[in-house]
Amino acid sequence: MKAATLAVQRPRDARLLVVDGTGRIAHHARSSLADLLRPGDLVVANDAATLPASLAGTHVASGATIEVRLAGRRAIDDDARTFIAVVFGAGDFRTRTEDRPMPPALQAGDALALGPLVATVVRRIDHPRLVELCFTGDADAVRAGIARHGRPVQYAHLAAPLDVWDVWTRIAAEPVAFEAPSAGFVLDWRLLDRLAERGIGFATLTHAAGLSSTGDAALDARLPFDEPYRLPSSTVAAIVDARRRGRRIVALGTTVARALEHAAAQPGGLRTGHGLATNRLGATSRLAVVDVLISGTHEPGSSHRELLRAFADDATLARIDATLESSDYRTHEFGDSVLIEPSLQPRSNLKTATLASKFGNERTTLPA
Amino acid sequence: MNDLSSSPRPLRVAVTGGTSGLGLALVEAFAARGDAVAFVARDAANVRRVAAAMAGSHGIVGDVSRKDDIHAIALQVGGALGGLDVLIHNASSLGPVPLALLADTECEDVDAALATNLLGPFRLTKAVLGLLASSAREAGVSGPRSLVVNVTSDAAVTPYAGWGAYGASKAALLHMSRIWHEELVPHGIGVIAIDPGDMDTPLHAAAVPDADPAALKRPRDAARELIARIDSERSARRSEHGR
Repeated sequence: MKAATLAVQRPRDARLLVVDGTGRIAHHARSSLADLLRPGDLVVANDAATLPASLAGTHVASGATIEVRLAGRRAIDDDARTFIAVVFGAGDFRTRTEDRPMPPALQAGDALALGPLVATVVRRIDHPRLVELCFTGDADAVRAGIARHGRPVQYAHLAAPLDVWDVWTRIAAEPVAFEAPSAGFVLDWRLLDRLAERGIGFATLTHAAGLSSTGDAALDARLPFDEPYRLPSSTVAAIVDARRRGRRIVALGTTVARALEHAAAQPGGLRTGHGLATNRLGATSRLAVVDVLISGTHEPGSSHRELLRAFADDATLARIDATLESSDYRTHEFGDSVLIEPSLQPRSNLKTATLASKFGNERTTLPA
Repeated sequence: MNDLSSSPRPLRVAVTGGTSGLGLALVEAFAARGDAVAFVARDAANVRRVAAAMAGSHGIVGDVSRKDDIHAIALQVGGALGGLDVLIHNASSLGPVPLALLADTECEDVDAALATNLLGPFRLTKAVLGLLASSAREAGVSGPRSLVVNVTSDAAVTPYAGWGAYGASKAALLHMSRIWHEELVPHGIGVIAIDPGDMDTPLHAAAVPDADPAALKRPRDAARELIARIDSERSARRSEHGR
């Protein structure tokens, strides 16, 4: 695969590789997505807007130049001042993350001056780059500072600096993602109209997508970090209804799959409200909710690629990788996409059994 | 389960031009009834003063006529309120002050009127459309609509001499409101244009310096009328326009 190097969310020639239930691979124009789904399908997307989570500044004690990448938080409705962050030494996105210098030694209590913002290191989290930090000031002032000073997190494969509007999907709502939920780049309002015309449902959740890569092997092995999410009652109701009718749940993006499967695995099953996705989907995962996954193309070894193993066996994934490579698909967040339908060969009968228990309780109100 | 009309959920509202005139009256009225309000204005000191005076309100410093400010504003609205039910484009520019005949109007003054009165509302609506749509999806097909309110003027309809830049920009805003509405109603979002009438505001004083304030509508009364209209428009059932 080659890197998509332009920040265009819906290039006219974007492609979609479709793997059907028999493992057959077909190539389509991604703009025809609505026509590739079935009436009755329910598409679930992540409507998180993306924070400009890259903050340039200095480590006050040493005077060293640093770049802080906000990478996680405990809850979407927390105080909006405390974050997990990955800290780089001097430089910016133009240098590959693998080649970025370490920050100065960070200690609890260290002050970081980040444009109009001041943050304090709360603790270092067992890696020289990884800290918990807390911003000084009230939540409105912290948001204003991030909005004014922050830049979207980006990587060296894109030459031009990203603007915030480059990374907000057409449905971007609450600004809680640290990197764009880029599978949603396929969406525009004409596509939403087309889905409705074809009787395809559309629902959303809000999932604080974290960093996809840090360039550090030890940190990357820990990705994805824990990610908070919020499931609206209307989405839970739509999923329960689709299931009752035997219809398919289509996750638009790996973050959606992670959130839905995490929610379904909680005691009592899928519920309205807030959660913290600590799960890691992979080859041994038993999917309880998601049938179809639409995702970007991911390079073998990445955490997103690992998640695909929950949807297709390794032999199929190897064929997908080979086809993406030989057919010159584009990768990374502005690249082409894949759609994986559920295998017609049941991996186990657990899925049906799990479903019955997951959807037995229909409570859709917020927990007290 | 409480009846919706007797126990409405607090609204999440954003108002541009929220530190004076009608905008300030709207912020005060929404805050007084317990709604969550974010307001936008250019002057940082004024924003701080109004936010400090109004518990639960969120002040945002920004200029809706500047493209580079739009996403920063949208981010702060969405972050502060955690969602958005109603967006009110109230900030307005007269164009030339004092008012001028079109033949005497500088091109830059037309640019300024269009930037504040037309492009700003277009860009900000687009940037927060995800928030409004999310609120509408959560409300469900029979729940209240999300709403965009564009504050217009009779100058958008009647060709008053001397009001060219302002009138033309508001006429464009009025028509854009109608098109937005057609396109967004199926998604549970209504877009309306409201002419609040001649009010005793700084904008009116700049346009008509010798007007008698006592003959003008008080912004507080206009805000009350406008909020009643908003409540009524929101409860217009989405199924009426059915999808």
